[in-house]
Amino acid sequence: MEVNIEARRILAVSISKLYASRTQRGGLRLHRSLLLSLVMKSARDIYHSSRESEASSPVLPEPQPEPLSDRNSSETATEESDSKVDDYDFDIVEEKENLSPARQSRKRRGKASAAPDFLPSKRARLEPGEERYDAPLASCRVGAGESLATLSLNQVIPTSPGKQLPSACRFLRIRKEFGITSFLPNMISP
Amino acid sequence: MEEESDTRKINNSFLRDHNYATEADIISTVEFNSTGELLATGDKGGRVVVFQREQESKTQPHRRGEYNVYSTFQSHEPEFDYLKSLEIEEKINKIKWLPQQNAAYFLLSTNDKTVKLWKISERDKRPEGYNLKDEDGRFRDPSTITTLRVPVLQPMDLMVEATARRVFSNAHTYHINSISVNSDLQTFISTDDLRVNLWNLEITDRQGLTHTHTHTHPHTHRCIYTYTLPLIPKHPFHRHIYAHRNPTGLICDFEEPEDPSTRSFFSEIISSISDVKFSHNGRYLMTRDYLTVKVWDLQMENKPLETYQVHDYLRGKLCSLYENDCIFDKFECVWNGSDSVIMTGSYNNFFRMFDRNTKRDVTLEASRENSKPRAILKPRKVCVGGKRRKDEISVDSLDFSKKILHTTWHPHENIIAVAATNNLYIFQDKVN
Repeated sequence: MEVNIEARRILAVSISKLYASRTQRGGLRLHRSLLLSLVMKSARDIYHSSRESEASSPVLPEPQPEPLSDRNSSETATEESDSKVDDYDFDIVEEKENLSPARQSRKRRGKASAAPDFLPSKRARLEPGEERYDAPLASCRVGAGESLATLSLNQVIPTSPGKQLPSACRFLRIRKEFGITSFLPNMISP
Repeated sequence: MEEESDTRKINNSFLRDHNYATEADIISTVEFNSTGELLATGDKGGRVVVFQREQESKTQPHRRGEYNVYSTFQSHEPEFDYLKSLEIEEKINKIKWLPQQNAAYFLLSTNDKTVKLWKISERDKRPEGYNLKDEDGRFRDPSTITTLRVPVLQPMDLMVEATARRVFSNAHTYHINSISVNSDLQTFISTDDLRVNLWNLEITDRQGLTHTHTHTHPHTHRCIYTYTLPLIPKHPFHRHIYAHRNPTGLICDFEEPEDPSTRSFFSEIISSISDVKFSHNGRYLMTRDYLTVKVWDLQMENKPLETYQVHDYLRGKLCSLYENDCIFDKFECVWNGSDSVIMTGSYNNFFRMFDRNTKRDVTLEASRENSKPRAILKPRKVCVGGKRRKDEISVDSLDFSKKILHTTWHPHENIIAVAATNNLYIFQDKVN
């Protein structure tokens, strides 16, 4: 576990050094950048292997899907040439979110119960072409005696299947393309 | 060995009492010429200061050959690469002297991108008695001239002037880390992280490059950090060293297998070689990595002949040295004239000497307090753990901002020049 923390710290330090070296006089030094990337790689490998050894522990809470807009802005902000740094950027930011999923879910539950009726409800953002599909389960629930209002099924079903994936699934796929799903134990890699 | 100290500072005297160092004054390279008569230093501000040894005089026998400032000039200016939006530092990375062929001295100095050939010459006569100009240099009215005379050379105060004779530029994508003059005195080599360029001293444009060599490591396909050495260029990266010898094209690869028990996050960085030097007799090679100096036999590529620990007490502090960037410091190493002693720098203004024959080593300090003229340097010791004796210094008290990266040894005598940030220390052997 300590190695884990150490590896993460070294990773963070390395990234900040790489970023800082961009603005230093004389430009990027090749050899130093290479050494930095080697340290980052070994820190990442050690972190990854220590995480894998913890993979036998019970199921961890599900991750919170980020709104897609935030991810897009962070993607465009960083340069292409530093795509490797981008990956780590994702990881570190994602890490912080994964660190307290329980807290976030608590927050969400709290909001749901406290939200007054006159405020707009928080719903998933719809992609163009999708439409909100209200729960058809009323027919299944005959005899249950429960009111429909409590069933907040907020399913988003694409109108043309195959054209657009729901945002949560698409987010997973983007992360896989960057090759960093292995770094995040919470993600279930398909 | 006992050393007598004879200190020279290159700061102006008014800066002598200040503790801060102007960044431009930080010395970035030191080099004796082939006779040891001249000592050149380059700094971060792009200036070169040349010291000359005084002739020994019979009237003052105890002032044996001290070094005084001979010439100062601005070698490189900061530039801007508009295409890449990059500032090019004026810091002098290396100075190499050309062997002397006439009354003038020639040296090559380089920053990250451009190598310049400088001619340093003395002028002690000046022509007087011009017809068209009077003594102040103002032009005379031709109608006032009634007679003609021939200008005569009159003696004047010695003036040393430096002129740039050649500028070799636009041949390196990456930062030049080393230059080396070939023994034929017609060509020289400049290297950056990936490329070796062989120049003709007479031809400055890129057509003059007779040989460019781009390297990638055959085993790992990683690029190579290159260095060149006297007459023979080298390319060290990690534990691998290539020596490419002109003109035979011999390439050697020196590699020591890694000890898996000492593996850490920083193994690559601390095994990365910061300096390579051939011995004067050409039979041995010395490499400096972060914690050790190694002497290699050119015939034996798989392991070094000798390994010397410079500051092994730092092995447990690598993480904090990584955070404060000290782990990237590039220390140089140097042979003495007879190849019996090697020297390299460390932190806290310490430098270390290792006698290869007696296997004794000594740690000395270059500091103003300890270096009164003609005082003998006292050996220093770093206390590793447990009880600290009176004169020892503990590892945690070391000042990591005071590092000795650049040192050089006189080619024949026991005189060393040590650069401690913005100060230059010259130490000589004790005279009995």
